[in-house]
Amino acid sequence: MSPSGNGSDPILVVEGLKKYYPIRGGVLGGKVGEVRAVDGVSFSVRRGETLGLVGESGCGKSTLGRALNRLEEPTDGTVLFEGKDIAHASGKELLRLRRDIQMIFQDPYSSLNPRMTIGEIVREPLLVHRMGTKVEQVKKVRDLLEIVGLAGDTLGRYPHEFSGGQRQRVGLARALALEPKLVIADEPVSALDVSVQSQVLNLMVRLQRERNLTYVFISHDLSVVEYISDTIAIMYLGKIVEVGPVESIFERPVHPYTRALIEAIPIPDPRSRHKAVPLEGEAPSPVSPPAGCPFHPRCPYAIAACRETLPLLEAVGSGEEDDGREHLAACIRQGEV
Amino acid sequence: MTSPPPLLEVDNLQVAFETEDGLLHAVDGVSFQVDSGRTLGIVGESGCGKSVTASSILRLVPSPPGRILGGEIRFAGTDILQLTIEELSHIRGNEISMIFQDPMTSLNPVFTVEKQMGEVLDLRFGFKKREARARSVEMLRTVGIAEPEARVTSYPHELSGGMKQRVMIAMALLCEPKLLIADEPTTALDVTIQAQILNLIKELQERTGAAVIFITHDMGVIAETCDEVAVMYAGRVVEQGEVVEIFGRSKHPYTLGLLESIPRKGVTKKSDLPTIEGLVPSLFHPPKGCRFAPRCAKRERLGEVDQSRCFGEDPSLRLVDDGLVACHFPLEEAEFTIGRAVTPPAGGTG
Repeated sequence: MSPSGNGSDPILVVEGLKKYYPIRGGVLGGKVGEVRAVDGVSFSVRRGETLGLVGESGCGKSTLGRALNRLEEPTDGTVLFEGKDIAHASGKELLRLRRDIQMIFQDPYSSLNPRMTIGEIVREPLLVHRMGTKVEQVKKVRDLLEIVGLAGDTLGRYPHEFSGGQRQRVGLARALALEPKLVIADEPVSALDVSVQSQVLNLMVRLQRERNLTYVFISHDLSVVEYISDTIAIMYLGKIVEVGPVESIFERPVHPYTRALIEAIPIPDPRSRHKAVPLEGEAPSPVSPPAGCPFHPRCPYAIAACRETLPLLEAVGSGEEDDGREHLAACIRQGEV
Repeated sequence: MTSPPPLLEVDNLQVAFETEDGLLHAVDGVSFQVDSGRTLGIVGESGCGKSVTASSILRLVPSPPGRILGGEIRFAGTDILQLTIEELSHIRGNEISMIFQDPMTSLNPVFTVEKQMGEVLDLRFGFKKREARARSVEMLRTVGIAEPEARVTSYPHELSGGMKQRVMIAMALLCEPKLLIADEPTTALDVTIQAQILNLIKELQERTGAAVIFITHDMGVIAETCDEVAVMYAGRVVEQGEVVEIFGRSKHPYTLGLLESIPRKGVTKKSDLPTIEGLVPSLFHPPKGCRFAPRCAKRERLGEVDQSRCFGEDPSLRLVDDGLVACHFPLEEAEFTIGRAVTPPAGGTG
């Protein structure tokens, strides 16, 4: 526990990560095309911090999350976790790395085995990784359930006896069983009612603080991401279009897509109703992404060059924020619009 | 009796479901009304009865297991609960349309968009094929579908989620209903598409003067779209009034809790989010007294005598200032603690 140790030390560095899925067809079932779900993504996350990964359905954020701990085999690129490349690790080394990286999912209904008791579910990772004796394991499970705010008598009960919020707590307890350093949370509060959502968010923040956990928090909900994140990356069609410190992204969004996303959030105040014209159209298919900037067909500021040039992530304004965290955007008209 | 009766009046609606564990009272005495040109939002968390209330208006609650136990639903003076099935089917789709979270609830997967829209136009207006096609294309264009001439021959599975939602809205509006009931119509959509659909519903309402009932769990959507709001909890309406009033200063502790739980702009993890502790009560054994009392932050601040009233006496919905609230101890102005809360506009707008 050294809060001052937070900051400069990146725990996860992702470079040029790609995940393409082949499309098979034709008489021989050969490859006739590919879906570029994640298309050359680079970012880093600092220890004890939260990276929020935002975007609309189909932008590749969930695939990216799964590629980080090799639930999906990356097509190309590196994923350095504490300096070791997960993307190319194998056997024992991969197993070890996975112990440090745990996942929680959106649907607490389908990610818990209905035929196992809560106690068995939380204990399973300890069994798989052969951690401790039976007595130690049972004690650990009790402690974990207490930490996530579930009473001790939950041990022998089954998932169906619990509400959505409680099941997400079970998911968290299971994820924490191996004392991971990094937790990848894919839409962890999206299925929950707002009052329960805030309970789970508070719990996640407290656990992060107490255990110096690093989160990759994947969500379509910008309000939630703004609350929990230190850094935000906005994805569109398999690419990161803007990334930076949370305050900077919300106060000075640069990419037209980021701006449109922020503007589209319904604000719970009837006196600030939207007057802005919403973004038109829908995201194109990742099977046949448009040439040039992936966002140009929907972009109100697109010019001829946007249809040809693929914009790269470049520093916004002076580039570095006060504490050395960069704000980058991929728009050739950056600074003009 | 100077004003005409409202377009829709729901009075003391009671809906229950027969289950293995007994009768579950999903909607327990709900009343509200909507006028033409107005939008009423019904908001609440899962299981509060908002969708069952909405489905009851068109008697779409499956029976069995559902049963409307009591109450009246008067549409333009007629009690819908007393109609025969033939009379009811005339109202469905013609006078009152409903759209859902899942567009496939309304769309038939085996027919093209044209076929489905044509059938409605034939039944309602006796349109022949060519006329129907022209009208369908026009309606698809109205709801913002690109290349409507091509899209009209598509099957539902060939359309994206946002497009299916638009087709469903187009179908719901073909007959120019006087009342549109929208049950979480944008919940499954991306935020930029949601903004488009909300705009669309508003535009169409302005053009036709229809009344709209908007069912949602999202306080943001309510604030964006509604004139009036009814907040439901455990089968009951706990607070109801003008949106500006309720968001500006809610009087029911549950409404305040809902508003506070939403992460707001500029709020970071340096501070805890306000929560409503505990869980929604079981409707098989609702708490005696106020159903929200076990979770209520205001109740905890009260003295023993007052608290026993919360736990012992069921509060009825009553008029406090300009809104209805079901609480023995409505929140005072000073207790409305939302940081960015705005005081209602000063009086004297004569």
